[in-house]
Amino acid sequence: MKKTLLLGVAALSLFAAGCGAGSGAGDEDTIQLGAMFEKTGPVSAYGTAESNGVKLAIKEINEAGGILDKQIELTEYDTKSDNVEATSIATRLATEDNVVAIVGPATSGAVQAATQPITRAEVPLITPSGTADNLTLTESGDVQPFVFRTSFQDSFQGVALANFAMDSLGAKKAVIIGDSSSDYAVGLTNAFKDTYEGEIVAEEYFTQDDTDFSAILTKIQNQDFDFIYLPAYYEQAGLILKQAREMGLDQPVLGGDGFSNQALLDLAGTENVSDVYYSAHFSLENEDEQVQTFIDNYTAEYDTAPDAFSALAYDAVYLVAQAIEDGGEATPEAITDALESITDFDGVTGTFSIDENHNPVKSTLIIELQDGKETSTQEIQP
Amino acid sequence: MKLINKTTIGWLVVAIAGFLVLQLAVTTGIISAYYEITLVTILINIILAVGLNLIIGFSGQFSLGHAGFMAIGAYTAGIITKYFPTYTGLFLGILAGVILTSIVALIVGIPTLRLKGDYLAIATLGVAEIIRIVIVNMQSVTNGAAGLSGIPYLSKWPLIYVFTVLTILLVANYTQSSPGRATIAIREDEIAAESMGVNTTKYKTIAFILGAATAAIGGALHASYFSVIRPGDFTFNKSVDVLIIVVFGGIGSITGSVVAAILLGFLNVFLQPFGALRMIIYALALIGIMIFKPSGLLGNKEFTVSGLLRLFNRKSAQGEG
Repeated sequence: MKKTLLLGVAALSLFAAGCGAGSGAGDEDTIQLGAMFEKTGPVSAYGTAESNGVKLAIKEINEAGGILDKQIELTEYDTKSDNVEATSIATRLATEDNVVAIVGPATSGAVQAATQPITRAEVPLITPSGTADNLTLTESGDVQPFVFRTSFQDSFQGVALANFAMDSLGAKKAVIIGDSSSDYAVGLTNAFKDTYEGEIVAEEYFTQDDTDFSAILTKIQNQDFDFIYLPAYYEQAGLILKQAREMGLDQPVLGGDGFSNQALLDLAGTENVSDVYYSAHFSLENEDEQVQTFIDNYTAEYDTAPDAFSALAYDAVYLVAQAIEDGGEATPEAITDALESITDFDGVTGTFSIDENHNPVKSTLIIELQDGKETSTQEIQP
Repeated sequence: MKLINKTTIGWLVVAIAGFLVLQLAVTTGIISAYYEITLVTILINIILAVGLNLIIGFSGQFSLGHAGFMAIGAYTAGIITKYFPTYTGLFLGILAGVILTSIVALIVGIPTLRLKGDYLAIATLGVAEIIRIVIVNMQSVTNGAAGLSGIPYLSKWPLIYVFTVLTILLVANYTQSSPGRATIAIREDEIAAESMGVNTTKYKTIAFILGAATAAIGGALHASYFSVIRPGDFTFNKSVDVLIIVVFGGIGSITGSVVAAILLGFLNVFLQPFGALRMIIYALALIGIMIFKPSGLLGNKEFTVSGLLRLFNRKSAQGEG
């Protein structure tokens, strides 16, 4: 009995010691940066790409001598694409690992799950791709003091696409085929409907598990319309494109940044990806020197071309670096203050300033695809 | 039998001692904000696993719809507390969630539990998906795919602890009661039980509804603690997570479910720094357990105060002898 008791006490004190060690302040000579991404689970494609972007940016900064002569040290966790895990990890980063800022997570739900713990701990969080409009706002409509992002929000994309349809395509009649099971697509649909002044001939919805869209496409086949608005992720968008083109529906198709993945072309077949326009954060064809350097470095590091997600995450790290330099010290308070007043930040996803609602004020690119190739890009200002 | 005897007092002491230890750890800072989340996750997992164990372990029916019932509880409590951000609102929400879940479980249970075999598994699998799709499409009430956020933070950990104790109490007492014994008889041999005059459908349905109702409680507490719920939180994977705890701890052992929930909770904490590798380690740990202890950690053994008392009595008797 005594032995068990002793063992129990030993285990408990070990446990306590472990907690104590975790909460010790980081090394004075380094800057502790936290990252949390969906590296496993259903949305791991986004999380992994963003994690790569973050690591590349940190490597570059450290090789260039760090910020304020300090090296950045990264503490990274995987959220398993699980929101409870996101809450847990955000708390761990903010209170146990004492990071000065957190980059990630990739999806809006995980950002919402992380918001409460980081707000309590007063550590700023920069999400590369959490695009839901209300992420940076509290329930009462005030700004969330510690949540920032480097991507434009859903409503901005929907508005930009509606304007593009009216002004550049001159299209009068739209058909909406939307994903009703993702908040991303729902946000894009609502913003489009509010802005688009032409006629919406038909609205059809599907959910993320669908693979056969012939019922929807047959329904709209006999309608008279000028283009299809397709707010969806690439998994479904690719299949819809393929099935629509094979049925002879050759009207232009407009979509959001969910299209920007190689898988879209693989699923649809390049011959079916013509007259496709989508809004994007980032284009591989951009001839800007900074962008080309990023693409070269990324390709050298990971043997694959970067996508918009890695570019946004890369910018998020540089944004934090900029904030540390502006604020003059690497503390959560100084970074939060500096982030709020960042103007004309020059990133690979464009030049932007942070507005009063912690959103970047940036332009979006509308990329045109013909036979699966980017043939033109048009910049739309906010 | 008197209500106040050595056994009940013993259980009361265990429950209160557990609370005091946790309270002490929280006030002294051993359980920091981060470990508090782990604690709450473990407690909610205990509620879910003990409830599922009643269905799987004691009535012998296989349910794959725990996440669906949890979702009903979470959304009901979430919506009600958003309108009434008080404890009354929370309890009302939990109650409404339990009632709604019981009705759904009754509707699913009556036709499928009249049959022998694993029909319940297929039906509950479908129902959980239906519940999730309904939530996604009830845009005006549930905010669709974006889910509910800003749910008032009411279920602090002591409240969740109390509900965990109550759930264990409910399930443990049910298994010791007359209907509980009938339920276990069905698990052991359905035909024999039926021939002895046990109304099999009735007792299977009771166990199923009780299990589903505890899932609703777990869901409601989850919503109120984490403040954010989305339909994507309640997929088939969530049901499997709970199922793993039950199987890992031992099918038919409430103690096993509790121990497994605690162990897996800690395992997750210690494996967090390993990133993607932890999913492999986690899986290996589960495979290891299933190879070396196919009946789960505790098989169908239980920790009981009466058992402990018996052990002490035997020891002291030996000492005297």
